[in-house]
Amino acid sequence: MSTPGERVLIKGNEAICRGAVDAGCQCFFGYPITPQNDIPEYMSKVMPNLGRVFVQAESEVAAANMLLGAAACGIRAMTSSSSPGISLKQEAISYMGGTELPAVIVNISRGGPGLGDIGPSQGDYYQAVKGGGHGDYRQFVLAPGTVQEAYDLIGKAFDLAFAYRNPVMLLGDAIIGQMMEPVTLGSNKETESNSPDLGWNLTGKGQRDPRLLKSLHLTDGALAGHNLRLRDKYASMEKDVLFENFLVDDAELIVVAFGSIGRIAKSTIRKMRASGKKVGLHRPITLFPFPSRELDKLAAAGKRFLTIEHNLGQMVDDVRLAVRKHADSDFYGQMPGNLPTPEDFEQPILAALGVNS
Amino acid sequence: MMRPVEFREDRCKGCALCMTVCPGEIITMSSRFNTSGYKVVEVRDEVVEECTSCAACALICPDYAVSVWRKPAKAKKGETADVHAG
Amino acid sequence: MKNGKAAFTLPGVLADIPTHYCPGCQHGVAQRLVAECLDELALSEKAICIGSIGCSVFIYNYLKVDSVEAPHGRAPAVATGVKRARPEAAVFTYQGDGDLASIGMAETMHCANRGERVTIVFVNNTVYGMTGGQMAPTTMVGQRTTTCPGGRCADNEGEPIKMTEIIASLGGTAYAARVAVDSVKHVRAAKKAVRRAFEAPLNNLGLGFVEILATCPTNWKMTPVQANKRISEELIPYFPLGTYKNLMGEQAAEGTEVEG
Repeated sequence: MSTPGERVLIKGNEAICRGAVDAGCQCFFGYPITPQNDIPEYMSKVMPNLGRVFVQAESEVAAANMLLGAAACGIRAMTSSSSPGISLKQEAISYMGGTELPAVIVNISRGGPGLGDIGPSQGDYYQAVKGGGHGDYRQFVLAPGTVQEAYDLIGKAFDLAFAYRNPVMLLGDAIIGQMMEPVTLGSNKETESNSPDLGWNLTGKGQRDPRLLKSLHLTDGALAGHNLRLRDKYASMEKDVLFENFLVDDAELIVVAFGSIGRIAKSTIRKMRASGKKVGLHRPITLFPFPSRELDKLAAAGKRFLTIEHNLGQMVDDVRLAVRKHADSDFYGQMPGNLPTPEDFEQPILAALGVNS
Repeated sequence: MMRPVEFREDRCKGCALCMTVCPGEIITMSSRFNTSGYKVVEVRDEVVEECTSCAACALICPDYAVSVWRKPAKAKKGETADVHAG
Repeated sequence: MKNGKAAFTLPGVLADIPTHYCPGCQHGVAQRLVAECLDELALSEKAICIGSIGCSVFIYNYLKVDSVEAPHGRAPAVATGVKRARPEAAVFTYQGDGDLASIGMAETMHCANRGERVTIVFVNNTVYGMTGGQMAPTTMVGQRTTTCPGGRCADNEGEPIKMTEIIASLGGTAYAARVAVDSVKHVRAAKKAVRRAFEAPLNNLGLGFVEILATCPTNWKMTPVQANKRISEELIPYFPLGTYKNLMGEQAAEGTEVEG
């Protein structure tokens, strides 16, 4: 447990662990895969000493289903993995979505498809945001852009999971996971969600009626009703949209980028502002719910858009949908295999501005 | 008449497993159908006195369709055994 | 004689409702034995049942305890999460052969190997029942199913998997037994085994595992009586009944009587 205000220099992966521990995570279920191995390694050291649970599962499939079990008990629990392992967790994520279980899943994503590489990539945007598992469900997706934000957002992930009784994914990448930055600890707090009876969770029935947590709805109209109720829940998540606007007020062009790429683009924009280029940044922090209203507002104000991602173009679909009444978005895709630098984005931004370098 | 064994006809699916374990072979298939369309078993009045309340039928029944009661105290030795399911 | 003493009573934790099972299906007996043990060991208030996928999926309709539905084959992983989150709970899974021995083989073996303090109730009827009678990992050689219409061929599909022997070989298993419910004698023995499978984790010794050989008259295309005969004539010779591991020992097991 961290001391409030404690200042440390740590990797993003460790920040996620410390944030989860501070937020009262009681159970961690992991499996090795690069580049998230620091997370299960840290948790295996720390959790038992706190009297909490660490299990190295036999697979990502099993880890995610252990998470399902702990979440059904109403206990703050999480799992972490990286892209190929996250694919294996989709089964349980869909079941947890359907069963409305509060669970936190961390994806320190890597290059794909398939085994890909172990470097940074944002190729899992669709999987995270559009429902990587089967069926009509959504998960909350939080994308930190700094190590501090990784610490802060993992705490928020637990709060949101219990507020909405829904899976929440923290979507980082090899940059966020492996980068070291100074972090102020201690703001994440354990809340009452680890109390024994939340009104829906499994505790052993005691003297009350038995509870049943399931996603199977076979009777006429039952699934339709369930899914419509879920739709309303997903719509209500809109009030927890998070984003960062940077120098957008007088900008002609707004770069839309998330996570590590958003943060790198910010450096590019700072540099280009110094030479008088009117460019700003919109960085979605929640990828679902997506900050569509804010983007629509910016579009209505006459802004133009360039979406920059570390993939072939995924979030750009959501940006285009959000701004469609007034504008469109250009796209620049950085390929995996390299660590992008602020300089990499200068030419694409100049091109979108219609300026020849 | 005092009947030591009764079948809940709405539960019986006519599987006849009880007929195979009854030591007195007094359970038979009736000609009646229940509301689910299953033919149901019965112990006919003329043989019901032969029931020893051994509860074998109840133990083998997959559908909880059988109720068995012990005979009054002075009855035969066989019934001293505890034949609760446990 | 309704005023006389009952010679057979249904356990209170068992919902007294008609089952969805086909005529002669022995899931009904298997779940009743589980219910009897829950009552006798006074576990219903602290039990958490992990349902599985297959005909067993509706176990939560029949046992009046807290329950969660697991994805296909994952019940032992879900049970691990539940037990680790709530160590005070009596956690058990109820799974069929397709669920446990095919898609859930890894979860089952590792749950046992870790010695999770949970109970696994395994109902083996040698076929996928709910999906319409396809070949299962425990389908007998020569047995015809909808996906081995010529009969299971050992060369192509391998031999039926003996789960109790496998589970008994793992270090974390405290109790493993195979039973049948085809005769009164076997039902009584099965009841004891189910009870031991609950007692082993309650005594903090490791995993409790019980395999119950059961009929599927519908998919075996037999009458219930023919199907029941097949248990002793074909299944038991290949899947021998008995206790394959018991860390409690009979004496210790007898000494663990709990109120109720």
